[in-house]
Amino acid sequence: MRRSPVKSDRHSPGDSEERRLGGAQPVLRAAQLTRTVRGHTLVDHVSFTVYPRDLLAVLGPSGAGKSSLLRMLNRLDEPTAGTVYLHHRSYREIPPRDLRRRVGFVSQRSYLFPGTVGENLCFGPEQCGSTLQEEEVAALLEAVGLVGYGERNVATLSGGEVQRVAVARALANQPEVLLLDEPTSALDKAARAGVEWHIQRVIGEWGLACVMVTHDEEQARRMAGVALVLGEGRVEAMGPAMEVLGA
Amino acid sequence: MLSQIFHNNLALGGAQAVVALVFALSVMFLARRWAIHMEREVVVSLIRGLVQIIAMGLVLVLLLQGPAWTSALVLAGMTVAAANVSRRRVRGVPGTFRVALGGIGIGAGSVIVLMTAAGVIEAEISSLVPVGSMIIASTMNSTALALERFRSDVEAHAGLIEAGLALGAGPRRTLVPYVRTAVQAGILPHMNSLRSLGLVWIPGLMTGMVISGTDPVYAAIYQFVVIVMIFSSGGLAALVSLFLISPHVFSPAEQLLLHPQRSFDDAVC
Repeated sequence: MRRSPVKSDRHSPGDSEERRLGGAQPVLRAAQLTRTVRGHTLVDHVSFTVYPRDLLAVLGPSGAGKSSLLRMLNRLDEPTAGTVYLHHRSYREIPPRDLRRRVGFVSQRSYLFPGTVGENLCFGPEQCGSTLQEEEVAALLEAVGLVGYGERNVATLSGGEVQRVAVARALANQPEVLLLDEPTSALDKAARAGVEWHIQRVIGEWGLACVMVTHDEEQARRMAGVALVLGEGRVEAMGPAMEVLGA
Repeated sequence: MLSQIFHNNLALGGAQAVVALVFALSVMFLARRWAIHMEREVVVSLIRGLVQIIAMGLVLVLLLQGPAWTSALVLAGMTVAAANVSRRRVRGVPGTFRVALGGIGIGAGSVIVLMTAAGVIEAEISSLVPVGSMIIASTMNSTALALERFRSDVEAHAGLIEAGLALGAGPRRTLVPYVRTAVQAGILPHMNSLRSLGLVWIPGLMTGMVISGTDPVYAAIYQFVVIVMIFSSGGLAALVSLFLISPHVFSPAEQLLLHPQRSFDDAVC
């Protein structure tokens, strides 16, 4: 059996500060990350640290560089300057495929592969010659509240279910970091609440470090311990979510 | 009718070309009514085609009097020109000329060399150049179709490809569905040719052989042989060119470079 979810208290805003003070080791550290395209700086010397069971929300207006920043964290895009450290090791020293298994990514629009939910969950482990057992698929689906969905064709899923399958598919690689790019932006209020609840649950139970891009300040207050506000690619504010965004 | 007016071959050819051109230009103007603007491309292609084929006719006159090895030079030149045409179908990706040259060179080259060695194509200029050029031209079309389909599919499915990369898949694994459809796109015209051979069209080579007095059954079989050679070289060229282009679509850090709204320079900066 692969790694089991670690039972722990639910993640709550403010946890990260306590862990920092308690000397917890950072999982991911972005150092002076910069990306310039045709002379236009999308992300400008952004630095931050994320700890286990930490959810860092990245906010800012459209075009502020939120998604550009997120795509650099698992090296889908290359930084012009700066780097990311995964457990104190620069990610340029880590083979890209290993890096991306350890730093899971769920995009704004979840691109599920044609086929069943189970096939989607098995895709990541298969890339390194591993096979998910039935009970592992069931555990992943249980983690995102989709018990019994293994044989469902992805074409029959609702928007909220699709996002939760995308999260479970990223979790199938047993990542240490989970990157979420506006995971609920296309969902209605009820579906959004469900996805949020399950994301918070897996972050807490799996001990993940999470970076989530969102344009929704309310959502950041509900979910994040730390908030980072970007403006024109630069950090405008960073700190405990309740302080940065106001109660 | 034209042959009754023009008794000189050159004048007759010119008049026939004018009639065909008028029809082609009419199609172009018809397309304009649906806001399909291809005037420049059509006019340039027509002029280029006319000049190139007349030049080739003159070169053939000289070649037919020269040694057999000169046909290798002519076919090599045709292969380079064909690669140059094919590469334009995948603008925005570096190294596409070498990719197209490799695909057409290996696809058409291996078929021409093997078939000449086996005696299917006669090792004489009068046979090697016309048959070889037919194979190269069709291979060029297969390569261009395959590369064009590959480029458009990769751009259209960039999200799915990056989803695969983000899950730790290797670049070639993420491209498998698009390589498959691109190879099929490259081969499809030749499959249609084989299916419709004799039913929908009687190819020019066979027609020429029959007119020049060759036994019609042998002419038909030889035409089938040429179509099969074209199918083989087209399929091989599509496979090779897609195998060669795949690494160019990703950076060394396995990042997708062929994005619909991103140029190569943007992606690797």
